Amino acid sequence: MARPMQVSRYWRHFREKYMLIGGKCENGHVHFPKRSICPVCGSRNVEEIELSGKGKVISWTIVRNPPSGFEYYKPFPLALIELEEGPIVLAQLTDVDPEEIDFGMEVEVVTKKIREFEEDGIILYGYKFRPPVK
Amino acid sequence: MRKAVIIGAGMTPVGEHWKLGLRDLAVEALLNAMDDAGIDKVDSLYVGNMISGPFVEQENLGALIADWAGLGNIPAVKIEAACASGGAAVQEGVKAVLSGLEDVVAVVGVEKMTDAWPSDATRYLAYAADAEWELFHGASFVALNALVMRYYMKTYGYTEEDLALFAVNAHANGAKNPYAMFKRPIKVETVLKSPYVADPLKLFDASPVCDGAASVIITTPEKAKELGVPKEKWVEVAGMGRAIDTISLASREDLLTLKAAKVAAERAYKMAGVEPKDIDFFEVHDAFTVMAALSLEALGAAKKGEGAKLAKEGQIAIDADYPIQTMGGLKARGHPVGATGVYQTVEAVLQLRGEAPSQVPDAEIGLTQNIGGTGSNITVNVFRRV
Repeated sequence: MARPMQVSRYWRHFREKYMLIGGKCENGHVHFPKRSICPVCGSRNVEEIELSGKGKVISWTIVRNPPSGFEYYKPFPLALIELEEGPIVLAQLTDVDPEEIDFGMEVEVVTKKIREFEEDGIILYGYKFRPPVK
Repeated sequence: MRKAVIIGAGMTPVGEHWKLGLRDLAVEALLNAMDDAGIDKVDSLYVGNMISGPFVEQENLGALIADWAGLGNIPAVKIEAACASGGAAVQEGVKAVLSGLEDVVAVVGVEKMTDAWPSDATRYLAYAADAEWELFHGASFVALNALVMRYYMKTYGYTEEDLALFAVNAHANGAKNPYAMFKRPIKVETVLKSPYVADPLKLFDASPVCDGAASVIITTPEKAKELGVPKEKWVEVAGMGRAIDTISLASREDLLTLKAAKVAAERAYKMAGVEPKDIDFFEVHDAFTVMAALSLEALGAAKKGEGAKLAKEGQIAIDADYPIQTMGGLKARGHPVGATGVYQTVEAVLQLRGEAPSQVPDAEIGLTQNIGGTGSNITVNVFRRV
């Protein structure tokens, strides 16, 4: 399988993937990941905003035939999560029984291993979401 | 303004072509289309293809196919718009003819997918998604469509059984198509009993990984006459539209509206001077059953949330009000991704010539809709009997 330069490619998105940094434009539209142009109004005046990482599940699936590179983790739950600030994020769910996942289930962000590369040894970390730890 | 007509159409059967490579398939379909038109040269070639690089380590398909088809030193390029590459290539060919720069244009859509391991094929298909924000998290294309499917069912109260009706209809029509990959009818239970690929999406909600190529020849009515192509063979490209939406599903304004299809369809309807009610058959992009439902809504055949209702009410069959997937659709004919839009075009041509194996009675106007990504890049074309 072809492998781009995973190190630079990954570190470019360090802030979004570790800290959940999104964007907020001058008109108050919040989006994730951060863009230089607001996807709602087209404003180029966009500031960084650290999102809370709290949200709820709006749809989910169990990935049983993943793309190559993710075989080790299958089956795993993948969800669309609406963050409390508004943007929707696609991420894996973790520390949850697939049977318990439901519409509107509250989740919080957690940093986890996303994937390992056998050949160059890079381990990718990033956000996943889990039911809140009490 | 000049008009564009299709004067030749050809294809290969869709399937697992172990003995044929990408170039073999493309050349076979192209020569079939040229023979159908009765011509032996063209001014240019547009190749619809999505991912030949990863699948068969071959790019520069314009040169490869024109060279191997013996077309001489003509201009030839590959057009890529994910799974909508075929529909987009047809549009680029039509644009070349309408502009007056080229008179006789060949379009070929081709994809060779079975030379890769299944999990690699799954990865390559996901290249049409957002690499950093979707594929990074292990999202397959099926998974993204499954997220839409679950949300659609929840929002409008549909069941897995309701959506299975789209697959049943596609197989019923595909059974009569000698070029289809799956030539047998199925029942709702067949779909429901098939294994989950990404819940609630099952194997039989999805189109297969396969190989195939299809081709059309486009020119003007004047040139068609000059070339001596009988008028019964002509099919007018009456309208076309293309639009994009956010590449990642999560960024969508509304998960259940195919905005790109809506915008593309509005443009195509306007150019053709028709309305949804004038369309005699719809070749929609049913790569996944839920996409057939959402497409019918975006194209104006059904109200928002009522796409699956059309299937439940039996309105999508050949002899009903909104026939779809008349030769099997992506589900049963097969979905060699970059070729699909050209297969749809060939099938529309056969319907409008009255030569389809499952013929829509008196078909005069047909529509093809080709989706790239999870609704991120969509082409809509309207064809009319001359």
